Amino acid sequence: MSDPGPSPSPEQSAEAGTLAARLALKQRAGGIVVPVVTVLFAFLMSGIIIAATQHSVRTALVVFKEIFQGAGLNWVFHPTTSLLDISAYNLSQTLLQTTPLILTGLAVAFAFRCGMFNIGGNGQYLVGLIVANWLGVDLAGLNPFLHILLCISAGTLAASAYAGIAGILKATVGAHEVISTIMLNWIAYWTASWLIGAGGPLQVSNNPTNPVSNQVSSGARLPDFWGVQGFQGLHVGLFVALAAVVVFWALLNRTTLGYEVRAVGFNPDAAAYGGISVKKNYFRAMAISGAFAGLAGTLDMLGGAQNYQIGQLDIPFIQVGFIGIAVALLGRNTAIGTLLGAVLFGALSYGSFHGLGSSAVIDPTLANNLTYIIQGLIVLFIGADVLILYVWNSRKKLRRPPGKTARRAEAAAS
Amino acid sequence: MNTWAARLDNPISARLRDPAASGFLGIVLGAFAAFLAIPPIEARTVTWPILVGIVAAMLGIWTVTRGRRRLGWGAVAAGILGIGLGILATRSSTENLGSTFDATLVAQTLSFATPLVFAAIGGMFSERSGVVNIGLEGMMLMGAFWGVYGADKGGSWVVGLLVAMGVGALLALVYAFFAIHLRADQIVGGTGVNFLAVGITGYFFIDLYHNNPIANGVSLLPNVHLLSGSNFLAQAIGDLNILTWASFALVILAYIVVFKTPIGLRIRACGEHPRAADTVGINVYAIRYGCVVLSGMLAAIGGIYLSEGPQGNGTFLFNMTNGRGFIALAAMIFGNWRPAGAFGAAILFGFSSALALKLQVYSASAATLFQALPYVLTLIAVAGVIGRTVAPVADGKPYVRQ
Repeated sequence: MSDPGPSPSPEQSAEAGTLAARLALKQRAGGIVVPVVTVLFAFLMSGIIIAATQHSVRTALVVFKEIFQGAGLNWVFHPTTSLLDISAYNLSQTLLQTTPLILTGLAVAFAFRCGMFNIGGNGQYLVGLIVANWLGVDLAGLNPFLHILLCISAGTLAASAYAGIAGILKATVGAHEVISTIMLNWIAYWTASWLIGAGGPLQVSNNPTNPVSNQVSSGARLPDFWGVQGFQGLHVGLFVALAAVVVFWALLNRTTLGYEVRAVGFNPDAAAYGGISVKKNYFRAMAISGAFAGLAGTLDMLGGAQNYQIGQLDIPFIQVGFIGIAVALLGRNTAIGTLLGAVLFGALSYGSFHGLGSSAVIDPTLANNLTYIIQGLIVLFIGADVLILYVWNSRKKLRRPPGKTARRAEAAAS
Repeated sequence: MNTWAARLDNPISARLRDPAASGFLGIVLGAFAAFLAIPPIEARTVTWPILVGIVAAMLGIWTVTRGRRRLGWGAVAAGILGIGLGILATRSSTENLGSTFDATLVAQTLSFATPLVFAAIGGMFSERSGVVNIGLEGMMLMGAFWGVYGADKGGSWVVGLLVAMGVGALLALVYAFFAIHLRADQIVGGTGVNFLAVGITGYFFIDLYHNNPIANGVSLLPNVHLLSGSNFLAQAIGDLNILTWASFALVILAYIVVFKTPIGLRIRACGEHPRAADTVGINVYAIRYGCVVLSGMLAAIGGIYLSEGPQGNGTFLFNMTNGRGFIALAAMIFGNWRPAGAFGAAILFGFSSALALKLQVYSASAATLFQALPYVLTLIAVAGVIGRTVAPVADGKPYVRQ
């Protein structure tokens, strides 16, 4: 295995200025190359699986085309706001799926920046979902603006406190946050099942055997800005999520809190030596991380779902916390990267669900599983820094010989 | 000779004189206090649970005064809880008690615990060698699907078991390559493995079986008929599955391997201080590869029990593990990375599942909430309220050979 670290050589530094500038350049270039290579590789592998199981390379290509169109990405070629156009409708649905993924991605990324792994996005999302449903149903008749604001802030705060448990445990007794957040995930899951299960406090009032929650009152629903109101149009939650991206960036890069969080993430010992309280920052980072995930839950409840049912929301929604890990890793834990990663995964999950759902090429039910395979491969490969840096380094090696020959040719000509 | 002489001088061994012993005895007695009131003993008077509970609490207080405070308070809590539960049980009707706490509860507890034991012991091997295995869930799922596939195509549950082990080992090998050679973050890699397993099993389940949940007439994992009749013992352990018995053997074997053999010492050395292990000539990479692959095999056996065992009856369902891999992980942590501890935790978690199933008849909502108990207990355990759990020092840290 070759040495992954940067190996400065005299010729190169002459070309690219100072050492620091070259390092930054390399990191930036590697930062873009790594996710792109990973995604391409994951698509390639899944393409091989389709081609092998369906005995046709053409099928694999058609499948990817249909995912692309199913996600509404061909809208770019003929943009329109008319929802009668199928690509515009598909795009609105893709963005609807992207909204929670942006936020769960930010949640994971924020904890990562503090050197922690928040694997509990699902649990925090559920807490946000349940609290928003509870207040959205119980406070019917309130001023809509106030009602929405109350639901969102209460859900976000509750999820923040829930994630804070893991932060406190890490700060005080050193319990590993991965273990505690996994446990909190399942505690939230079963508690939610109890709350909306038969005879549970939040269970629908007119049908006591149906394990589903009440619908949030119409006043608490987020208005749709694209699509038919009430028919799964694209709600304003997307803008909240985009605002959260800006908040994430500003919080990390422009505040003392962000500086401390990043310092602890880089090196807790050095941060402590510099007078930063590591324990306090573990708790703060985890609580903020939970707030992002909880916000995703409240937006999904007030915008798209409006009521909650364990079996129904499990597959598209409950996984969001885990997909958030893939999103954050792909985005290299930066604000803009997370946004792009969320768009990719939103397009992938809606595109394969819808694009292949009506297709005659392969069994439509295969499509969702294909999404899981692609997600799994991306997560697996994005974590393998050594592999990626190896690819990056060998790419450079491949590029160097022609450069040298060109220079020699120049020398010969002059 | 010296040690024997010392033992003759002092018949109560040092281990028993340790205050920890009285603390543990207190906790056991506390549990016993509650146990007295339920069948098969079923004391119908509150006297016995209260008496035993008080003894447990006193043992706890004695332990506290001798320095082991956490353990002591744990025993006091167990005693009080035992009295409370005992009184509660004597108040409720004999009929309800009889149908809840009968021999089938024992059988069901063991049945629920079996897959957890396999996966937890697998996870313990992996983590003892220094590789965190969040991917247990995915490896179980692979075992569950490919086990049915193997049994269906091969015509025998033996083939299914072998196929499951092979596929589990293969997925674990991929994970091990990423975790050990490519030095990927182990939590990230495990999460990837879980996604991948859901996708692969789901994809091939539809591709090969067209989403038809039952593979008809598939050869199932057999039960071992030891006793027949209607007495307590026959109903409890007379007709257990072959893998349940194998899980008991596995716990003993795992204990011997990890703590009594040179190979176990090497495994633990890799998990505690890989640099030192490397220095004395242990091949850290080889040990870690072996342990991760072993964990994949064991988790896959746990998985095949779900689909091919008495609960599954040859049925595979999409994502059918439904978090059991994570419960197994919790059991391993709750059991403090030890075979017997992991077994005890798996039995406890299996008991809570079995009890939840029984309680379903009386109160479905309470039964649902009961499912959260294993996770709450593990959270309390990692928080260090009752005795702190300690992971291997180098657990989760990639090792770079120099």
